[in-house]
Amino acid sequence: MNTTGEVQEGEVLLKLEDIFMAFGKVQALNGVSLEVKKGEIHSIIGPNGAGKTVMMNCINGLYHPQKGNIYFKGQRINGFLPHKRAELGIGRTFQKLELYGGMTVLDNIKMGSHIHLKSGILSGSFYVGKTRAEEIEERQFIEEEIIDLLEIEGIRDQVAHMLPYGLQKRVELGRALALRPDVILLDEPMAGLNLEEVEDMARFILDINEEERWKVTCVLVEHDMGVVMDISHRVLVLDFGNMIIDGPPEEVSKNPKVIKAYLGEEDLYISRK
Amino acid sequence: MDEEKIEISKDLTIPQLFYRQCKRYGSGKVAMREKEFGIWRPFTWQDYFDNVKYLSLGMVSLGLKKGDKVAMIGDNRPEGVWAEMAAMCAGAIPVWLFQDCMMEEVKYIVDHSDSRFFVGETQEEVDKALAIMPRCPKLEYIIWDDPKGMRRYNQEFLMSIKKTQELGRKLDQKEPGLFEKLINEGHGEDICLLFYTSGTTALPKGALLTHYNMLSMGQNLMAVDPCYDTDDFVSYLPFAWIGEQMMSISCGLQIGYTLNFPEEPETAQHNIREIGPHVMFAAPRLYEGLTRQVQVKYLDSTWIKRKAYEVATKIGYYVADLKFEKKPIPWYWKVLNYFANIILQKKLKDHLGMSRLRHAYTGGAAMGPDHFRFFHALGVNLKQIYGQTEIAGISVVHMDGDIKFDTVGTPIPETEVKITEDGEIISKSPSVFQGYYKMEEETKKTLKDGWLYSGDTGFIDEDGHLVVFDRSKDVMVLNDGRPFAPQYLESRLKFSPYVQDAWVIGDKLPHVTAVMCIDYSVVGKWADEHKINYTSYPELSQHPEVYNLIQKQIEEANKGLPGPARIYKFVNLFKAFDADDDELTRTSKLRRGFMAQRYKDIVDVLYKDQGNVHLDMTITYEDGRIQPIKTDLRIQEIAM
Repeated sequence: MNTTGEVQEGEVLLKLEDIFMAFGKVQALNGVSLEVKKGEIHSIIGPNGAGKTVMMNCINGLYHPQKGNIYFKGQRINGFLPHKRAELGIGRTFQKLELYGGMTVLDNIKMGSHIHLKSGILSGSFYVGKTRAEEIEERQFIEEEIIDLLEIEGIRDQVAHMLPYGLQKRVELGRALALRPDVILLDEPMAGLNLEEVEDMARFILDINEEERWKVTCVLVEHDMGVVMDISHRVLVLDFGNMIIDGPPEEVSKNPKVIKAYLGEEDLYISRK
Repeated sequence: MDEEKIEISKDLTIPQLFYRQCKRYGSGKVAMREKEFGIWRPFTWQDYFDNVKYLSLGMVSLGLKKGDKVAMIGDNRPEGVWAEMAAMCAGAIPVWLFQDCMMEEVKYIVDHSDSRFFVGETQEEVDKALAIMPRCPKLEYIIWDDPKGMRRYNQEFLMSIKKTQELGRKLDQKEPGLFEKLINEGHGEDICLLFYTSGTTALPKGALLTHYNMLSMGQNLMAVDPCYDTDDFVSYLPFAWIGEQMMSISCGLQIGYTLNFPEEPETAQHNIREIGPHVMFAAPRLYEGLTRQVQVKYLDSTWIKRKAYEVATKIGYYVADLKFEKKPIPWYWKVLNYFANIILQKKLKDHLGMSRLRHAYTGGAAMGPDHFRFFHALGVNLKQIYGQTEIAGISVVHMDGDIKFDTVGTPIPETEVKITEDGEIISKSPSVFQGYYKMEEETKKTLKDGWLYSGDTGFIDEDGHLVVFDRSKDVMVLNDGRPFAPQYLESRLKFSPYVQDAWVIGDKLPHVTAVMCIDYSVVGKWADEHKINYTSYPELSQHPEVYNLIQKQIEEANKGLPGPARIYKFVNLFKAFDADDDELTRTSKLRRGFMAQRYKDIVDVLYKDQGNVHLDMTITYEDGRIQPIKTDLRIQEIAM
């Protein structure tokens, strides 16, 4: 997976340099830069329309910024298509769920690791040789690591679209993890979840970030300020495409501009704490 | 397998029995299975032995001594049984807690029992233990078994089961033979378990049970219903419930059947189907849930399937009723029943995981005749059990072929059951407990001359069957002066799939009323089909159409009852009863006294000419948070 040199903990894994992105006359990102270090949870916050999801889309290749550079593991990936970036190790979840509704949870998660399967059509049709070995290995990986981590044993054979929203969000995270990513882009993983589900999701994010087995770097877009301030190492604040501040949560929460941009959301922050 | 008969005597302890069984079966037989990561993983008796041995020695090297208490909490899993057995082998006394216990209950039991060790399953239980530790000065070590989320915990008194077992291995090298010595030091009349009863009224009481209590109970039960070492049993009900201990330890260890542990509590039903156990014992709530599941599926299925179900169950009910009445079954009914079995019962039993079931027991609370007949009509040998924690689980059971659904059966061997002049049920057997831990007053009230005073009222009928009326304090007096058991009516109400719970009121009051809890998923589905919009349980429960639906269910339950015993008014509650709000015990029994206080406003209005009741109260969430709630509930009257 790792085509370029290994990035060490604490070194820059993902770098965005002076990104400009406009849709017609709407300037969605206005010279935004971001450095995500390996092992961090780096959050991006901002009011609605601040350009958070646009930034995610730029990182994973759904959008191509008009100006600026994106580096991943030291390699410039501007022109790469999304699937190529996935191969490099960028996984993501979506704000609005993008699961395969008619497939089971297990199949959805398996799709995430599809990219790593090497066996051919022929052995695949008969489930022999390499396919068999690969499938068994994948099964072990998905069952023992992902399903166990996300505590979704009870629903593994259920069809995805029949599940409650909170569980679908978990399945999406599972699928992103099956890619074995180095960095995972989480687009509002807590949106629409109840308090208990938010707590679970925060726990899962901390697990994949800290647990020796995963050590996945996370880029988190989130509205829930309580969660963001609790679990992030660094926070980038956007407002209408402009960067307000990028720093540790303690610094960010004291910044007058941030407080202003978030005026009125303070209550939310307090209530969720 | 060589069939060496094990003599249960006052000299034999559970660890000694464990030792003999492990040596007898060794690595040639599976002692337990756990479904993990999607696959059933077996543990042989040798694995079982090794795990227990080193865990036990590990705890000994941490300072566990004979008579110490070890608090335990967690889901059903092999590690749970290992920890329990390991503590017993070291001469210590396990104290099980319900896994959904709130912090204060955990604190009370850990502190009251003087526990020095705490064995938890996951981070959640460890967090609970850490939170109560400052207030439980006697607690010294916390042992856990699931490493998930434990990466940042490095206190010295925290230790994984694996690490504890390593300490045990070291001790074994230093002092070989110590484990055997510890086991041989035990005596059958030593205390082996401290069991906190859930109690419908007061604080939990700790019942002290000896090895002999536990083993003699298992022996006597299996004298009635033999089990075999080739049987499978699924262990998924809380270890803190005596019924589970009875099946896994008293019977399981004695006969050597295989214990199977489900993957997660949520997958239990599915896992039961995969295993197809030979014996099962569960509280009525579980059977009620299964019944509801079948009824809901029936409502959902196609016309042809519904007809097949109707015909087959009609035959099933007819044959079951003949059996209940001990009448011979004519050959043509036998033929019909054979076909009913092929088209329906067999498949349904397979779905419920009951294909291989020889005996199914229900106990712990009353179960309605409707549910009872339902299972017999399917050909499931469901029997009532009666007993208490204080008698190591059970004293009375239905014998095969002698089942009356309004009784709890006849006493098991070596057990005497009598009724006092006041109508209280008292019993005497080798399994009667030794007293309550640090509660002499309570012990004196319960244990008199070796007789266990149950606090239940009942009588013995003409066939020698025990009929349990109800908890003495729960028996109601109707307005015509007749005694009446509210549980009877409640269980009839619960036979409707739309009703999750019911609380019947009417003691010394002009008429009988009920507080109803709808089943959210079933009524929700019904509402969808009837194009009724709702957003939440409280809203759905208050919908007039839902009131009418519930009224129909009540009218059905009222049928055949004398006028004064019929429900005259009811209210749909805005939530289901919950143990976290102290409305139920952890074994799902209604705490009537508490409810009468908590819902005093509702009760008052039910006996006034008012249409609405305003409530202003708090509800407790599972994580201990408390939230206020304000709501209006409607009272509906039923025309008689």
